[in-house]
Formats: sequence, C-alpha cells, structure tokens
Amino acid sequence: MATQNIKVITRKPLRWWEKLYIPQVLAGMKITLGIMLRKPVTLKYPFERPVIPKGYRGVPTLVKDQNGREKCVSCQLCEFVCPPKAIRITPGEIDPESGNEHIEKAPAEFEINMLRCIYCGMCQEVCPEAAIVLQGEYSLNGYSRSGMINDKKKLYELGGTIPDPVRKWDKKKRA
Amino acid sequence: MDAFAQGLLEILKGWGVSDAWLPDTVTTGLILKAIFAVVVVLAIMGCCLYTVLLERKTAAWAQGRVGPSITTMPLIAAIPLVGKVLTYCGFIQPLADGGKLFMRQEPLPEHVNKFYYCLAPCLALAPAIITMVMIPFTSYINPETGEETALMLCNMNPGFVFMFAISSLGVYGVVLGGWASNSKYPFLGSIRGSAQMISYELSLVLAILPVVLITAGTSDNPLSLFSIVQGQGGFWNIILAPLSAVIYFVALLAEMNRQPFDMPESETDTVGGFHTEYGTFKFGLFFTGEYLHMILGSILFVMFFLGGWHALPFMPTLGLDGVLGTLLGIVCLVVKVIFMLFVIIWIRWTVPRFRFDQVMRIGWKLLLPFAIANAVAYFVFFGIYETLLK
Repeated sequence: MATQNIKVITRKPLRWWEKLYIPQVLAGMKITLGIMLRKPVTLKYPFERPVIPKGYRGVPTLVKDQNGREKCVSCQLCEFVCPPKAIRITPGEIDPESGNEHIEKAPAEFEINMLRCIYCGMCQEVCPEAAIVLQGEYSLNGYSRSGMINDKKKLYELGGTIPDPVRKWDKKKRA
Repeated sequence: MDAFAQGLLEILKGWGVSDAWLPDTVTTGLILKAIFAVVVVLAIMGCCLYTVLLERKTAAWAQGRVGPSITTMPLIAAIPLVGKVLTYCGFIQPLADGGKLFMRQEPLPEHVNKFYYCLAPCLALAPAIITMVMIPFTSYINPETGEETALMLCNMNPGFVFMFAISSLGVYGVVLGGWASNSKYPFLGSIRGSAQMISYELSLVLAILPVVLITAGTSDNPLSLFSIVQGQGGFWNIILAPLSAVIYFVALLAEMNRQPFDMPESETDTVGGFHTEYGTFKFGLFFTGEYLHMILGSILFVMFFLGGWHALPFMPTLGLDGVLGTLLGIVCLVVKVIFMLFVIIWIRWTVPRFRFDQVMRIGWKLLLPFAIANAVAYFVFFGIYETLLK
C-alpha cells in the first residue's frame, strides 16, 4: 500500500447549514433551471434524420460502376466468408451481346437475408471487385420474413453507383 | 349564493316563466350549489390531467428533451398555426394518457383482499375532492356597498382545520392499498408512507399557527381561509412569516408524497410502492388522487402565504371591483397555483430521494423543533405586542 499513490481523505462532518439541506437543494434547482432554459438536444427521429458518418456500416448493398455495369462477378467469396450465412448467390452467364462478355460471369440471383445479417462487413472486406458495400442505410423493416430478404433488384436499388477508379475490366477488354 | 339565486329567479320571472314552474329560493340555491360543485370537480380533474402534462414537460426540459409534442387530433391539427403550437405543447397528450388508462383490461389479482383492494383507490381520491368544497376560489366585491363575499361552496367556521382533518384521511388509501395488495413491496411502501405522513402532519399544522395569529389581528374568524386571504391585503404572509412558509412547504412536500419525500412509492427500492399491484383505472384513481393532493397543497400554500387571489401586495385588486375584480382574482390564483406546481415539479426533477432514516430525522429532529420554536416566537411576540404596546 505504501508504494501506491493513494491519498486518504477524511470525510468532514457536515456544517450546520449543510444539515439543513435547503441551500444544497436551491443550488441544485439553479442548475436544473439552467438546463431548462437551454435548447433541447432531442433529434425528432422520424421527422429529422441523424447525419450518417462516412464509412458507416449499414445495410450491405450491391453497386454498379460509372458505366452502369454491375461490379459483382459472382465469385461467391462473400457467400463463403459470411459468418451467419446470410448471402446466397446463384451465378449466371453474361449476355454475349452486352459488351461485357469478357467478364464471363455475373450473379443471376443475389439474396441477402437481413434477418441473418450481422453487419460485420466481412463481405465488403473480402470482395475482390469492391462490388458489395455496407452503406448508410440503417433503418430496415418489413411485414414478413420473406420481405426481409433483399433480392438482387433491391440490392442494386439500395447500392446505386460507386465509380471504379482502376477500370480493370476496360483495360482487359482493350488488351 | 342565496343572493345570486334570488337574482336568477327574478331574471327567469322577467322572461315570463310562471311561478308554478320555478322552485323557491332555497331550492334554487341548492341546485346552483350542486351545479357549482360539479363544475369545480370537473375543472379540478381537468387541472389534474394538465398537471400531469406540466410534470412531463418540466421533466423533459430539465433533461434537455422536448417532451410530448406530436400527439394531436384531426380537428386541432387543422387550425393554422395555433394547431401546431398546441400540438407542440402536448395539448392533447393528457387525453391520450387518460384514454389509455380507461381502455386497458381491468385485472383483479387472485391474492388480494378484494373489498379493501377496490376501496383503497376511492379512499385516496375522495378526501382530496371533499376538501375542494372549502376552498374560496376568489371574492366578489359589491361595487356599491364595498362588501366582500367569497366564491366558495361552504364557508365553515373551523375552516382549514377541518380541511386538514379530511385531507389527512388520504393516508388510509395508502395504508389500505398496501395492506390489501397482500404483497411485500406495497406493504413496505404503505408502512413508510403512513409513518411519514403522520410525522410531517405535526410540523404542517404548527407552521400555520403564526399565520393564524397574524390573521387574528384583522378578523374574528382567523381559521377561515377566506379571512386569512383577506388579512393579506397589505404584506403577504410569506414576508411576515418566512420560516413558517419554508417549514410548511417542506412538510407539504412530504404530505403529498412528492420528491424528495416519495417514500411510499420509491420505484428503485419498493418497485412501485403501495400501488404496485394496481393497474388501469384503479391505478388511475391513485394517480389522480396524488395530483389532486398536489393541486390542493399548492392552493393552500398560495392561500396561506402568497396572498391567495390578491394580485400584488398592497394592491389586492389593482383597483378593479365587481365582476372584473372577481375574474382578476381567479386569474391571479391560477397563475400562482401553476407557479407553485411548477416549483414542486422542479424540485422533483432536481433532487434525489432521501433515505427513510433521513426522512424521519428531518421530520422529528429538524422540522418539528423549528416549527415549535417558530410558533412560540410568534406567540411571545404577539403576547408582548397585545399587552404592552397596545
């Protein structure tokens, strides 16, 4: 004990006016009055939305690049890495006339079960194409279990477009 | 009231209503009193609802929140601007709160003593309503004769002593409720509640004695609330007897079971206190009774110390008489009572609860000696004043 920096303070007995409690209560009331006169800090949630910080991990979504091409190449890495097994991918072919036939594959169906998803972000981390991204959407609800499964259409609606700075597939096509 | 009844009968006769259809003056007086009683009870119950709103709003402000601000009704929301302001003030919220209590299922637990279980909420509410009949809400000064009459249902000779006697019966609601619930937390809560209410009653009444002495100088019946308020035409009693006011206010908080003295229903240590086993409408009765006691306590404090319906010290009616003076009196009383209610609620959201031993110590070792010393000091002063100086 002697080596530690402990300072023992003896508690002073209360003075007579402190035993009356009233001065202390009045001091407390002054503080609460100050808070009452302040502006409330409430965010009226359904009417006002909070500002979502950059890099927020909300609902996982699929994104397209600046040419409107779906980035996902159906490699199924996210499906394998997903700890709660929320992702289910059905791989499919790319239409030979679309101009993207050299990419070979795209998902025919892509489902994320939002009742299983734990928002860990491992799918985003593992994705070689940066096609699956956890974005700012945080308020998710539905009327049924099947309604909580996001299909491919819904995922692209939520995701929108994130430009691809590398343009790997354009270079490959030219080569 | 009788004079008013006679006037009303003459007006009806003037309209050509035959004598056979009209009751005599006494019966008319009784009917008028019944109507007045119903109006008073309804108005006070409405005040109760809005006191709950005041409580919720003050709690919100003290915690940096907004409070009830979105509940509304189609008709009210349709009014431009005013509708929005009313909605933001939570104007409809009390109705929603009350409606919720009404629409719940009414459970009657298996293990309770059914008769006393149902009786207790009524016993908690009834005394508070009964005491309302003895409150003078304002006065009417006849512009011609200068005679002042009280606007009240029943001007009894024992005055506020009778009021204290009736309102302290409210403790039976707490005791019976806790006992009939046949459960340990309500039982503990009601034991604490009764011990506390009985110990603070002494200081409460002793603190009023100086006020009675002061009033005795100006009136034949110093026990009547009406003469106490009339006696405050000059200085208000809070200036003449400040220590009494403080003691009375503290004892009042304890009597009303308000923070920092809310022993009977301390949520953290006895779950919900004496009304743990109660739900829906019966709980609503307890709740209403509590807020009625709060309003009643505020009215009494205003009557005893803050000049009742008088507008300002030395300017009781601001020079108005007749009906205008009466209306001004009501407005002043309401403003003062709302201020008192706000202070009581403000204290609740400021200080934590006392421990039970602290409550007892404050009551018996601090408040009671001070109240006795205060009363004795005024006795001695008035004794010397009356015998030597006059």
